[in-house]
Amino acid sequence: MRPVSSWGRLSSLPHDVFTLEPGGITLPATASDKKAIPFGNGRSYGDACLNAGGALWATSRLDHFLGFDASTGVLTCETGVLLRDIQSCLVGQGWMLPVTPGTQMATVGGAIANDVHGKNHHVFGTFGEHVLQIKLLRSDGTSIVCSPQRHSEYFAATVGGIGLTGMMTEATLQLRRVPSPWLETETVPYGDVQEFFDLSQESELSWEYSVSWIDCLAGKGGRGLFMRGNHTQRGAAAPPTARVRSFPLVPPVSLVNRLSLNIFNNAYFYANRLKRGRRVAHYQPFFYPLDNLQHWNRMYGPKGFYQYQSVVPLAQAVQVTKAMLDAIAISGQGSFLAVLKNFSKRNGVGMLSFPQEGTTLALDFPNKGASTEKLFNRLDAIVLEAGGRLYLGKDARMTRSMFEAGYPRANEFLNYRDPGISSDMARRLMGF
Amino acid sequence: MTTRKKIVIVGATSAIALHTARIWAQEGHKEFVLIGRDLTRLNRIETDLSARGLDNRVQIREVSFLDPAAIQRLVTDIAMSGPVDVALVAHGSLSDQARAQRDLQYGQEELLINGVSAVVFAEAFATQMELNDRGTIAVLGSVAGDRGRKSNYVYGAAKGLVTRYLQGLQHRFAGTGVKVVLIKPGPTETPMTASLAASGIKMASVDDVAKGVALAIERGQSEAYVPGKWWLIMMIIRHLPRFVFNKMNI
Repeated sequence: MRPVSSWGRLSSLPHDVFTLEPGGITLPATASDKKAIPFGNGRSYGDACLNAGGALWATSRLDHFLGFDASTGVLTCETGVLLRDIQSCLVGQGWMLPVTPGTQMATVGGAIANDVHGKNHHVFGTFGEHVLQIKLLRSDGTSIVCSPQRHSEYFAATVGGIGLTGMMTEATLQLRRVPSPWLETETVPYGDVQEFFDLSQESELSWEYSVSWIDCLAGKGGRGLFMRGNHTQRGAAAPPTARVRSFPLVPPVSLVNRLSLNIFNNAYFYANRLKRGRRVAHYQPFFYPLDNLQHWNRMYGPKGFYQYQSVVPLAQAVQVTKAMLDAIAISGQGSFLAVLKNFSKRNGVGMLSFPQEGTTLALDFPNKGASTEKLFNRLDAIVLEAGGRLYLGKDARMTRSMFEAGYPRANEFLNYRDPGISSDMARRLMGF
Repeated sequence: MTTRKKIVIVGATSAIALHTARIWAQEGHKEFVLIGRDLTRLNRIETDLSARGLDNRVQIREVSFLDPAAIQRLVTDIAMSGPVDVALVAHGSLSDQARAQRDLQYGQEELLINGVSAVVFAEAFATQMELNDRGTIAVLGSVAGDRGRKSNYVYGAAKGLVTRYLQGLQHRFAGTGVKVVLIKPGPTETPMTASLAASGIKMASVDDVAKGVALAIERGQSEAYVPGKWWLIMMIIRHLPRFVFNKMNI
């Protein structure tokens, strides 16, 4: 048994860690009362990847590419492969992942299990839309090869199914062509939430990537920076040699507090306002601005942090977003890591996929116990009322009723669960 | 197309070697020769390295690591098809010190595989590279080879042999086109050290160590500690007076 934390570092409880070996993978036998959960690189924020007192099936050694066709862009790989490796190996061959989240340190298995999305949701949808096939190993020893055509119900349950349908060992992905590792980007400062929505709508047709940083202390005004980008041919000859740094230690208290937040947000807003306009950027800093600071999650101190990510339908998104920002500003909590983005209308592939047409707001909050929970309850009420939902890959605390209200296909999903698998999240939201 | 850089890896299934090979594979235009014992795993690595970069070629060769004649034949054969640019000797096993003390046969096998076998490979490549006056021989040693300690002197002694042998090769090839690189990784998170991880020892990630290995080889450094902090730690440990050192439980 050894202590394992997720990215939010809210807990560090003992787990029985089994590192799976590639090849003829067999799932290690666990005591019948001890269920397991697949574990990739531990990048989900809450308890989706945790199973305190139980077992973890770690995929760190399932990190082999199993075949890549440079003419069609179809990649088959083991599910412990990091998105980073796919991007950096294949960009030189003119291919990249069609959808990538804000960190490239997630595994392919994690990206499927959380059906992650990125800054180009309005063009390419979620990660799961580009998965051609999944090899799923069930705890009863059977294996299921599923795809949108074959065993499609298992496919729909597994994409976004937070690891509960079986151990994904291999996946086949359709990549997309890119002209180079470079993007033409533009930063546009905005002064209020309405302006964000206008910019978002205006960008939808001509920009593949769009995302916005928002100052969570600004309240209803909600000033921020709108960032958009397109792949481009031109760029410097050599990629930037970014220096990877590591947050060296866990400070005794969170370094993110009202004072530091105010200073940071002002500095960040004004510094970037000076840099407004267009420039050519390498994909790494544009897609993954935080990856060069390893262990940045330590800055929130020993109690860890929550990320709250919601999506609310577009119809009332302006008012709802304002109300949420207002509640956050009044509480004085939050972090500089605050993101606002619009999702477009697409048919979600997974039964428990998070994105739906509307506006998503994602914010980090240092864990301050009761006062943080009080703010979350307030935000939950707003989201619930608006007909929205919270992202399972980020969540560590929503109630079962909030989950059931947000995910109407939850009951259908239960039919495809692997009875030998459980997680802290499954017990909290599904009862076993 | 430019000619491919030819890289031979002995013990290609070792985690550090595999991750280093991936760094090279990503650059593309490489010809890998993987030498190992476990064909199934080598086949998987062959596919992996081919897919990771443009225009990579990979071939697999099997050999007994303890048969000098077979090693010589193999290395000669590999060099016949074109000069070797980099030979990375990376095989090894983390010896169970307590068992080696009880079971002398086991202890001897560990000394052979971690020490003698590694330098026999290095010598075989040295002969071939000398003919062309170019190439880089890199061997994975260990910080454990810097000073004998009660907790792992069987492994340490074998790696100490590697250190001395490579010093000799470096002296022999000084001023020539052949470079000899000794890499000394600190404790690294690999399958080999899984038992150490379970006991809570903090280790470097294999990705970071592989980057250090690739960099040392690129620079042709005669000696490289990875991560770099081990240079300082081991300098202190090497110089501790015996009466202090003997009181330490390491």
